[in-house]
Amino acid sequence: MWNLKSDRPIYSQLIEQIELMIVSGIYPAGAKLPSVRDLAGDASVNPNTMQRALAQLENDGLLFSQRTSGRFVTEDVEKIMKTKNSLAMGLINEFIENMSNLGYDRNQTISLIENTAEEEK
Amino acid sequence: MENILECQNLVKFFPGCLALNSVNLTVPRGKIVGLLGPNGSGKSTLIKLANGLITPTSGKILINGMEPGIETKKIVSYLPERTYLNDWMTVNNMIEFFCDFYENFNKQKAYEMLKKLGVDPAQRLKTMSKGTKEKVQLILVMSREAELYLLDEPIGGVDPAARDYILDTIIGNYNENASIIISTHLISDVEKILDGIIFINKGSIVLTSTVDDIREHENKSVDTLFREVFKC
Repeated sequence: MWNLKSDRPIYSQLIEQIELMIVSGIYPAGAKLPSVRDLAGDASVNPNTMQRALAQLENDGLLFSQRTSGRFVTEDVEKIMKTKNSLAMGLINEFIENMSNLGYDRNQTISLIENTAEEEK
Repeated sequence: MENILECQNLVKFFPGCLALNSVNLTVPRGKIVGLLGPNGSGKSTLIKLANGLITPTSGKILINGMEPGIETKKIVSYLPERTYLNDWMTVNNMIEFFCDFYENFNKQKAYEMLKKLGVDPAQRLKTMSKGTKEKVQLILVMSREAELYLLDEPIGGVDPAARDYILDTIIGNYNENASIIISTHLISDVEKILDGIIFINKGSIVLTSTVDDIREHENKSVDTLFREVFKC
């Protein structure tokens, strides 16, 4: 489930991957998250680093904590969709940039995608 | 006491060798810290000083604000480089031994870990492989509810799968009052679980930082940075 690269800060990778788990429905809106310790153990990372990532996600409004009962995914579905869209935009921009490095402009890239989708049907 | 370990102008001189050269260092509570340096850089000397096995030539080393002694040994759990356990003893014997010795030894925890790692408690140390011996020692050390764990090369001899389990055990036992100092060469294996790192070379501290700061500012892993800093 966790895939951490060694040349980037661990905490920002944790944020990205937890975001992904939320938008992909592994932890849906309103779901309770495992404890910091369990999440840290699961990802084999330092609990302080996991804590830092969760605190950031809380700041961003994707998570909220309840003093006694733990940490939950926001119930604001719109917020989750927004995060999902911005993740998608990131992927698309990265793809377009890679294609442009290969020498394709925007329109060519789009028609290539359409062709590929057509062939797969 | 916020800092569990503090060194003030710590010097250790061995005949013909300056092992530690005026080291200033603080380790707060609740951290997992990697003590990283090439062979002969002073890692074990520092750890032995913290245990009171050797005494400083000058300067101070303080554990929870106290000089190493009876009171600090109660709260420090130490895994030495070499085994000091009697090899005719079984694991059961050793657990009783540790129970007698240390008030904070958690027997139940020890047996749980032995079970997880598939070590037979009736086995004698003598008949074990090097890796299994290391596992047993680490289990004994981690089963104490200490405030400072000093682990000198804890995973050198164990296979990668057991290494992962041991690292998970270290994370699982983590509590915010205790700190763990790990000296090791296997940086890529441990860096994910570290808060901070201390690079030491020829008896001096060359760098203290956090793992994520290194990755953020250098765009490289601690392992890669180590290889660059200590290039032969």
